[in-house]
Amino acid sequence: MSNWEILWQARDEFLIGFWRTLEIFGLSIAGAFLIGCGLLYLLEGSRKRLTMPLRIFIDAMRMLPFLILVYLLYYGLPSVGIRLDAWWTGVGALAVYHGTYFAEIFRSNRLTFPPGQIEAAKAHGFTKSKMFFRLILPQVIMQTRPLLGNQLIYALKDTAFLVIITVRELTAVANSLSSTYFIPTEAFIVVIGFYWALSVAMEIIIKQCGRFSAKRGFDNV
Amino acid sequence: MSEANTSETAAVSIRHLSKSFDDVEVLRDVELEVKTGEVVTIIGSSGSGKSTLLRCINWLEKPDRGSIHIAGQRIGVHDDGRAMPVRELAKVRAKTGMVFQGFNLWPHLNVLHNVTEAPIHVQGKSKREAEALAKALLDKVGMSHKHDSYPNTLSGGQKQRVAIARALAMQPTVMLFDEPTSALDPELVGEVLAVIKDLSAEGYTMVMVTHEMAFARAVSDQVVFLEKGLIIERADPETFFTTPKTDRVRKFLENHDTPSPA
Ligand SMILES: Nc1ncnc2c1ncn2[C@@H]1O[C@H](COP(=O)(O)OP(=O)(O)OP(=O)(O)O)[C@@H](O)[C@H]1O
Ligand SMILES: [Mg+2]
Repeated sequence: MSNWEILWQARDEFLIGFWRTLEIFGLSIAGAFLIGCGLLYLLEGSRKRLTMPLRIFIDAMRMLPFLILVYLLYYGLPSVGIRLDAWWTGVGALAVYHGTYFAEIFRSNRLTFPPGQIEAAKAHGFTKSKMFFRLILPQVIMQTRPLLGNQLIYALKDTAFLVIITVRELTAVANSLSSTYFIPTEAFIVVIGFYWALSVAMEIIIKQCGRFSAKRGFDNV
Repeated sequence: MSEANTSETAAVSIRHLSKSFDDVEVLRDVELEVKTGEVVTIIGSSGSGKSTLLRCINWLEKPDRGSIHIAGQRIGVHDDGRAMPVRELAKVRAKTGMVFQGFNLWPHLNVLHNVTEAPIHVQGKSKREAEALAKALLDKVGMSHKHDSYPNTLSGGQKQRVAIARALAMQPTVMLFDEPTSALDPELVGEVLAVIKDLSAEGYTMVMVTHEMAFARAVSDQVVFLEKGLIIERADPETFFTTPKTDRVRKFLENHDTPSPA
């Protein structure tokens, strides 16, 4: 039996791993997106006492290697009495880690937001939160689309790190097949194919969303 | 409380308004009363405080002293000196409609949605009601053929006309215009002025900063001249443009091609 035939017979395991990766990725980027939006909202000026700690938190996260964050959460949290299973630790770590990147992407765009639009909103009776959710956030998201797309690909690749805390995602499947049957190259080539396919699909979706913002004149950003 | 009584009848009533930016007094004890249906034009050289005065009316700038009432309701602070909570401030603000020099449309919304945005999400109007109103207003400013266009595809004159419709959609007590044609190419100025002229004919209450003297003369009921934060002259347009009382205004008008009678 050739190496490829062995892998073909293990196709269900690959599919399950792929599905898990998809689940983890989907949940964690949704979480990261919400965290990014939430942090941007909290950084909206009026809460001066919050700004400093939040900026420190965001920078600290961004400067931390993701692998170390995962280790810390999985092996460190139980020692302070918090026990999460590997799967939720992974999703949570990805969401928080990439959430801070999302926040940073949003924030740097927010700094370039035309003040005239804010004044127009105030003059029309908008309160801070309405203004944020109806006018600021939608534009910030449309304008940062290419950067967000990039960040999603980083997040996808980071799901592979979860193998170290025993999450049975795609890379873990390849890892265990390769050591069981000693076929490292082929197993990982299959896995690379999966990651590539996902990344390409994501790029296409993000590109398609670009038409939405181009219509509004945001394509030059 | 005789002061409060006069405030109630006026669309805008400004009393003892002063404002400084870092030690520079930009407005000095300004008094201005705008009656319902009246068009007041504010004229003055650059830096005299015209924009600041206008922006105090809807509290985009916070005055240091004095009071401003919109349709009898005080904006920004309560009579006992307490700052107005943001929600309440937003409500009073919504009684004014402001049109900016730089249009400031919201680029992610199409023309129709720019106009319905505040009525729906600030005033809580139903979508149907807001859209019916928006369509009527866009028709009034001659933009009904552009409902689905996004601001980036419009000319400056078209953007400004949409911005006027957007402000009108709040059904404000008073419309505030800060040099609405200064950012426009000369050939686009006319279409915007024509819209504002129509509004004045319809009886809208308006306060306007402009450098278009002929236009000011044609539409104003009252002209106010601001100099270093002081109102140094106020008169009906005929008197203001033909027999100004001060040398300062005479000089200003000489430099600005005093319009022939409209
Ligand atoms: N936010 C601000 N901070 C500091 N100084 C300001 C601010 N806004 C205005 N000023 C100053 O206040 C003065 C009056 O400004 P304002 O914009 O009201 O003048 P203006 O009459 O509208 O002039 P223009 O015709 O050029 O628009 C100017 O000297 C200006 O530099
Ligand atoms: Mg000005």
